[in-house]
Amino acid sequence: MDAERSYSELAVRARAALASVQASPGVAKPDPILHAEKVKRNFGGVTAVDVDHLEIQRGSITALIGPNGAGKTTLFNLLTGFDAPDNGEWMFDGKSLKKVVAHKTASLGMVRTFQLTKSLTKLSVIENMKLGATHQAGEKWWNGLLPFRYRKQEAIIERRADELLKRFKLDHMRDQYAGTLSGGQRKLLEMARALMTNPRLVMLDEPMAGVNPALKQSLNEHIRGLRDDGMTVLFVEHDMDMVHDISDWVVVMAEGKIIAEGTPDQISANPAVIEAYLGSHQGKSLLEGEGA
Amino acid sequence: MDIIKILENTVAAFFGIDAAYFALAAIGLNIQFGYTGLLNFGQSAFMACGAYGLGMTSQYFGVGMWWGILIALALVIILGLLVGIPTLRLRADYLAIVTIATAEIVRLVVRSVRFKQYFGGSDGINSFSTSFRNLSPFDPGAQYGIRPFQYSGYSLWTMIVGWTLVAFFSFLVYMLMKSPWGRVVKAIREDEDAVRSLGKNVYSYKMQSLIIGGVVGMFSGMIFALDRGSVQPDNYSRDVTFYVLTALVLGGVAKVRGSVIGPMMFWGLYVFSDNFLRELTKDRPFEIFGFGIIQKAQVGPVNYMLIGLGLMLLMTFRPQGVFGSKEEMALDGR
Repeated sequence: MDAERSYSELAVRARAALASVQASPGVAKPDPILHAEKVKRNFGGVTAVDVDHLEIQRGSITALIGPNGAGKTTLFNLLTGFDAPDNGEWMFDGKSLKKVVAHKTASLGMVRTFQLTKSLTKLSVIENMKLGATHQAGEKWWNGLLPFRYRKQEAIIERRADELLKRFKLDHMRDQYAGTLSGGQRKLLEMARALMTNPRLVMLDEPMAGVNPALKQSLNEHIRGLRDDGMTVLFVEHDMDMVHDISDWVVVMAEGKIIAEGTPDQISANPAVIEAYLGSHQGKSLLEGEGA
Repeated sequence: MDIIKILENTVAAFFGIDAAYFALAAIGLNIQFGYTGLLNFGQSAFMACGAYGLGMTSQYFGVGMWWGILIALALVIILGLLVGIPTLRLRADYLAIVTIATAEIVRLVVRSVRFKQYFGGSDGINSFSTSFRNLSPFDPGAQYGIRPFQYSGYSLWTMIVGWTLVAFFSFLVYMLMKSPWGRVVKAIREDEDAVRSLGKNVYSYKMQSLIIGGVVGMFSGMIFALDRGSVQPDNYSRDVTFYVLTALVLGGVAKVRGSVIGPMMFWGLYVFSDNFLRELTKDRPFEIFGFGIIQKAQVGPVNYMLIGLGLMLLMTFRPQGVFGSKEEMALDGR
């Protein structure tokens, strides 16, 4: 069924660009939008993340997989400024993010979602959406007192929010409290809200966790849609079927390190990955290699 | 028992100056606690900034009373920054601890002997409000209105100014909370990290909220000081913060109506129960079947016990307060 899918032009281009890339950990990509170098984070004595080199190809869907505790979410936090690494450099679109605080990354065009969905329950769905828009004049308190200074912009934002809600099939919940949405709908809302920031890179932390199979299909479509609209997607996921289904490139982490990279087909045949997940060398480090 | 007198006093308390200055403090606290989720347990410190800003004009600076607004504003901003810079990056509980301590520090500093020349020590400051008195269009000696709404000229003047400020700041808060700024602070109350991920400077918004709420609290302290004609350090103790918080919760948090009518009801209930107990024990201790229940000297403490009981019942049976939204409350558990 996979082969029959018709890919968008951008998807074909992304896959073609990645086809010539060698499937080895830390490999360079033709046109990286995100680039991390020697990013390391210790929690006490535990090294949560120790990424030597990572590049994310622009315009692609890249999956970040790995067993529990591999450091995927920590890496997300580091890259988006929610946590600071002990050392390392990382760049978004050629701009170093080393000293950039979390809230600034969004206005640079890099937005993330969270593993535990953060819908703002006491705000209505449409208010959740409108919050996502950046550079709002009315978010300055002195402008907030003067409605005529933000009314026009607010109308434009609201129109865009309504369009996105329709696309994510949440328009019927528009004026409900976000707290009344189901778990899956909240995932959709969080993704739609992230898109309100007009991102170039969307980072989704387990978009499928706790979502029923029917909704998974439509979430899949939405994620593909992001790439087909020209965005780059990096997502953490455990569901291997989904990873295989939608990603152009897969990065595998274990024990904080990147142990493999490649196309979905290459990854599913990679013994190191199978080991990381199934743990054939129990009690030994996953990085020691087969011969050890 | 004089039921008419009890009721008259109760109704008067609804619209009295105490309700007005509580309402101002509650409006400020509502911005911080109700909308932004900042646990500010030191609202009395901001009120003290207002009162001492006025008082210091005569005590130390020797300038006209109206400069007091600017001095108070400066004090509020300094206090807000001092409290906010170290704590607003942390979780909510830390702010609660620091603000409660700050309010005590402020009170102890202004009543200390060491700084008597600036703040007047434990005697406080008197005689600073002449300019305000002179502005009054009413005859200070005459009585205005009909019972139970009967006030001296000066009380009437402070009440009019007080309630005008309440109306003004209520409108301001209403406008702010309807605006995108209000949306951001309400979102911060729900989940800071989500707001941060959407590119908002959460820290700055929390600071703005703390200071704007503090400025409204400052006017509360001013009205109180002007009404009494004096600034006393012990009028800005912890109790005030917690009564204001109580009044706010009674009305319903995150609602403009709640922050105004809550304090009115708080004072109404307080005066009603106080007057009722006094009438009950006026001639002899109140007894049931020869078993003594309460006597005159116990009215004060028993009144607080009754208010405490009333609040517990309120929290059990109507946790959202009088005007709070039940739907919003129900979303908490999810």
